[in-house]
Amino acid sequence: MSKGRYGQFGGQYISETLMNELINLEKQYEFYKNDQKFNDELNGLLKTYAGRPSLLYYADRMTKDLGGAKIYLKREDLNHTGSHKINNVLGQVLLAKKMGKTRVIAETGAGQHGVATATVAALFGMECEIFMGKVDTDRQALNVYRMELLGAKVHAVTSGTQTLKDAVNETMREWSSRVNDTHYVLGSVMGPHPFPLMVRDFQSVIGKEARAEILQREGKLPAAVLACVGGGSNAMGMFHAFVPDSGVKLIGCEAAGKGIDTDMHAATMAKGTLGIFHGMKSYFCQDENGQIAPVYSISAGLDYPGIGPEHAYLRDSGRATYVPITDDEAVAAFEYLARTEGIICAIESAHAVAQAIKIAPEMDKNDSIIICLSGRGDKDVAAIARYRGVQIYE
Amino acid sequence: MSKIRQAFSHGKAFIPFLTAGDPDAESTVKFILAMQRAGADIVEIGIPFSDPTAEGVVIQEANIRALSNGMTVEGVFEIVKKVREQSDIPLVFLTYINPVFHYGYERFFAKCEKLGVDGIIIPDMPFEEKGELAPVAALHGVDIISLIAPTSHERIKTIAKDATGYVYAVSSMGVTGVRQKIETDLESMVGLARQVTDIPVAIGFGISTPEQAAKMAGISDGAIVGSAIVKIIEKYGKDAEQAVYDYTYSMKKAVSKA
Repeated sequence: MSKGRYGQFGGQYISETLMNELINLEKQYEFYKNDQKFNDELNGLLKTYAGRPSLLYYADRMTKDLGGAKIYLKREDLNHTGSHKINNVLGQVLLAKKMGKTRVIAETGAGQHGVATATVAALFGMECEIFMGKVDTDRQALNVYRMELLGAKVHAVTSGTQTLKDAVNETMREWSSRVNDTHYVLGSVMGPHPFPLMVRDFQSVIGKEARAEILQREGKLPAAVLACVGGGSNAMGMFHAFVPDSGVKLIGCEAAGKGIDTDMHAATMAKGTLGIFHGMKSYFCQDENGQIAPVYSISAGLDYPGIGPEHAYLRDSGRATYVPITDDEAVAAFEYLARTEGIICAIESAHAVAQAIKIAPEMDKNDSIIICLSGRGDKDVAAIARYRGVQIYE
Repeated sequence: MSKIRQAFSHGKAFIPFLTAGDPDAESTVKFILAMQRAGADIVEIGIPFSDPTAEGVVIQEANIRALSNGMTVEGVFEIVKKVREQSDIPLVFLTYINPVFHYGYERFFAKCEKLGVDGIIIPDMPFEEKGELAPVAALHGVDIISLIAPTSHERIKTIAKDATGYVYAVSSMGVTGVRQKIETDLESMVGLARQVTDIPVAIGFGISTPEQAAKMAGISDGAIVGSAIVKIIEKYGKDAEQAVYDYTYSMKKAVSKA
């Protein structure tokens, strides 16, 4: 069995052209992750540039309204660039810099990871190119311009379904054509080893902070932590510190789009089957011939046909559960949080809020739950308006 | 001696590629037979995949055409069956690991053996991962064709030592597609492989002209051409048989002189 396995999941299913680069990346990562100077530099940036630690906000009105468990929001939306993506990007770009790279490339779905990558590339004075599906450049036009403002070149990917999966394909193609000076800043806990491990480690700050703070404020662990999952980086970051705490339920919320009984969803855990794609063995939405299926979600960031291998492992081992949330439920939760707490969250994160709305009322008032609010929702306002039939143009 | 090995035993080999089901199954059978008549030594048949990450635009689009015309793994086996009624030319599949994994390794390679498929190339299965299917393929007498790339360096020996069929030397960085110039130091790559194995080494990626093919065959045991042929098929569709024949003929002629 090859490296980077979580049970049967994971691995390094990638072209020979990229193998030496991945082997080197792993070696460099293993070195720098224990390097005091690297960690000091990264922690300094996380604090002074990204604005960490992120806050754990007690959602009082929401808690009272739902009448069950105390609800805490882990405010990753308050990070610089507006989402958890910056945690991973700072780590990877700093590592790339140490490796002597001068150029970074990345895929993006909603644009959050692209914006974070373009931001950190600007910070480090590196060349940056972002690949984004044409469907997504259309529905997230503001983020495209934001990346361009930051000095990145944005490529609209017109192959395949023109969404996140195709953006990943195209970034991999680009990387295999120019690997010497270029690092691929993969945005989620997916792809070939060492990415799922490295991205999880860089994101694990979310769960570490949340766990320490909830213990301080509540005097005990939460009954559950919730996060949305596309590839699964904010969820893995939130879950990781809680994995050994068997009493804490880990709940991933995936995109059910127009419903898991339609063919318009991205519910990999509910409907996917075992496969090998994008460098990893995991679950994928695919057809009866092993062709990757087109997926759909109102949320560009969850519109991905696969899921990170460690999530597949956590699910199959029974440690974590994954639930599908429809567009309707996510939009309702998006609006609910805005009105109840004055927080406009990303439509991705609203999937986790929707599940909290379902389960909190049934839970003990002495228990708490933490929702990872992975990103802010400014980028989604126009799309939600259109969803409600209000024509707003950015 | 395996059929693949024999294919390299009468001079330098010319190995054309096409995508199965582009534009349809019947045409694919005709084109493969035309390639054989024109002197092809081995034919590589692409099993279409929705997300061919190692392919450039030309073959990506062929994959889409084939899939939208309903081509499946089962359909590709049907094509092989029809070719085998008229030809014993060595056939090698090129596909991505997911369709094979999904079909089931045992079932897939048993079918390959039954229909006479001689080898398989899987670009997203590097040396480190081949353990899960290599024993199954070997059991059914199907060679796994290993790739070496311009970035492989010291890995070349490890890969070549364990290679079966032929070694596929990737001429350039990036994805498949026609290139004006090939700048990799292929002599060294081929040389490293030859230090540890006596199986043939063929060069592919970027080759389109007879001159390029002759040059590549000159420093190895053969030339592999994909995108240039797929372009011809894209241009002429069902009527590409003669053009495929003519092109294969000119390429084989160039390679033979190398």
